[in-house]
Amino acid sequence: MERLIAQLPEFFTWSNMALLADAALMTLSMTLIGCFIGFGLALVLVFLRTTPGLWALPLRVACIAYVEVFRRIPFLVVIYLVLFFIQTVSTDVSLFAIAVIAICTYAIAYTADIIRGGIESVPHTQIEAAQAMNFSRLRTLFTVQLPQAWPIILPPAIAFSVSFIKDTALVSQIGVFELTFRGKELNNQGFSGILVFGTIAMSYFLMSFPLSMLGQYLEKRLATPRGQRRLRKIRQT
Amino acid sequence: MPHLAVSDVFAKYGKLEVLHGISFDVERGEVVSLVGPSGSGKSTVLRTLVGLTPVTGGHVDVDGTSIDYHSARAIKAARDRMAIVFQQFNLFQNMTVLRNVTLAPTKIKGRPKAEVEAEAIELLSLVGLADKRDAYPDELSGGQQQRVAIARALALKPEILLLDEVTSALDPELVNEVLDTVRRLAGEGMTMLLVSHEMSFVREVSNKVIFMDKGRVVESGPPGQIFDAPTSDRARDFFGKILRG
Amino acid sequence: MNYNFQFNVVWRNFDALLEGAWLTFQLGVFAFTAGLFVGLICAALKTYGPWPVRLLVNVYVVFITNTPALIQIYFLYFGLPDLGIRWSNEACVLIGLTLNAGAYLTMILRAGFLSVRTAEMEAGETLGMSLIQRIRYIVVPHIAKSIYPALANFFIVILVMGTSVGALIGVDELTGQAINLSSVNYRWLEYFTVTAGLYVVLTFVASLGLALVGRWAFRVRARIF
Repeated sequence: MERLIAQLPEFFTWSNMALLADAALMTLSMTLIGCFIGFGLALVLVFLRTTPGLWALPLRVACIAYVEVFRRIPFLVVIYLVLFFIQTVSTDVSLFAIAVIAICTYAIAYTADIIRGGIESVPHTQIEAAQAMNFSRLRTLFTVQLPQAWPIILPPAIAFSVSFIKDTALVSQIGVFELTFRGKELNNQGFSGILVFGTIAMSYFLMSFPLSMLGQYLEKRLATPRGQRRLRKIRQT
Repeated sequence: MPHLAVSDVFAKYGKLEVLHGISFDVERGEVVSLVGPSGSGKSTVLRTLVGLTPVTGGHVDVDGTSIDYHSARAIKAARDRMAIVFQQFNLFQNMTVLRNVTLAPTKIKGRPKAEVEAEAIELLSLVGLADKRDAYPDELSGGQQQRVAIARALALKPEILLLDEVTSALDPELVNEVLDTVRRLAGEGMTMLLVSHEMSFVREVSNKVIFMDKGRVVESGPPGQIFDAPTSDRARDFFGKILRG
Repeated sequence: MNYNFQFNVVWRNFDALLEGAWLTFQLGVFAFTAGLFVGLICAALKTYGPWPVRLLVNVYVVFITNTPALIQIYFLYFGLPDLGIRWSNEACVLIGLTLNAGAYLTMILRAGFLSVRTAEMEAGETLGMSLIQRIRYIVVPHIAKSIYPALANFFIVILVMGTSVGALIGVDELTGQAINLSSVNYRWLEYFTVTAGLYVVLTFVASLGLALVGRWAFRVRARIF
């Protein structure tokens, strides 16, 4: 305990804090980029999953299998799979890119289910009306289904991304300079584990907590009919 | 040559066969009504015509050309000529009234936006809703929504308008405003095929009435004949019940 | 891509992977059960406790659910020795996961507590039941049924996401074994592909079991897929 207190001035230096701020930014940016791209690809997956016709059966099965498999394996295993798979293809992909791809791979599986649930909540009659007017499936998705499904899709999708900020701690394992990695580095330099990991935990908390509050606020706003109308007005302008 | 000729059409809803060989003709400018007990397959006839329920047998001709309902392109062509108005209106909830009406003509048919909008406003005034152009469907009454749905279908410039129980989902006091619109269209010579339970209205606007039961056409003819002197027991029974009730 | 997959090596060490899977399962069951106990106490305190206790439970839940499980376990493993407390790596994973699961389970169970109608509680009170008895006979059976699907779902999360974190402080559960074995002969892709497959099988068996138990004990339909 005395050691801990003695280390305080040495630990809380400008350079260490700058290092951690940088690492926090790294954590945040790889999560957001990964989840954002993952969300886009999940949309594609959901679209492919509803392709009609017998010829598309293998495609539909593949989409379902992707979601089922990746929801059942640990993120750490996904990270290793992505890392080694990419390294057999090319050796000059940055670790940051690999981390983003791993996050994205995982996020697709989770957000695809969220998106599917949202889209299925739009009454089928809306789709029939679009069909009867010769809308393509893609146009129906983007002009009719998704605009009505956003209030249902967005809150859980945001909640997932925010909770994923924490899970990205695992990519420290492949050497991305994010928060957890820097924490281990500082711990190895001889700083007290309580001090280091307490600070790291606090840093995660400072990112995760406000964002999850924001997510809950959004959910409340979107859940009311008035909120939904608001959302449309925002989209109009 | 009839404008629309439906010959021996079969249709399935999942595994259940709902149409067992339906045949009838619609001439240009005619108003033809499908009547009969619920579950007789009237709505299914309209749905098969626009390819929403798969046709499993028989054929449909428009102006003497057969529509192949197994080809996506042919279904698209059929939908260009026939527009459907649904019982539950099915307006896009996320769009304003005006956008509901203009979306398909501009985006699907690729017509210039200004021209389509001018036309849409004309159609909205025809159904008496020009002032609601910027409202959202959930801000309108059922009758208003249904009139917008009719305007939306008309904006596609269909040769034949299909109306599927357009007043069934409405409160009684709102039925007339929609029927007035349909009456006006009939007066303008629009070819229409309608499914309805409003018997006095059917008698008033129709050139021909088709009585259906259990997926088959039981009898058809001018409204006076069908309503006043039905030849089949089933039709007599049906009209007897509703006209008395 | 001209990579030659060689699975022979993996099959030769398949036993070791299976042992890892068994440890994963044990860790999962233990952390979940202990976490359930923690969660039950915390949820009860949060619902029926005096305000300072409620505040304390809130702080616990909010802090744990907004920080990574990995950091929580690192804190126990690398931090506590500074205070003279030294636990084995397995103990750190188990205690860390229990505390982590406890917080999430508090939220799940709390939702269940709120779903119990006050009328039923009052009925229990008029029958002369003590608070403990009311919780035992009214609240627990009621929430067991209403939140079973969420619990079953969370068990899979702990079983997969939770336990694998142990690999990073040298616990030889499934992911740990895969790392150990593949760093010997560099067949990373093969080992991790098979490991992923084992996780899929393990969780599938677990969800199937949970669904059957749920149907039998609480008459709820839990999701297998």
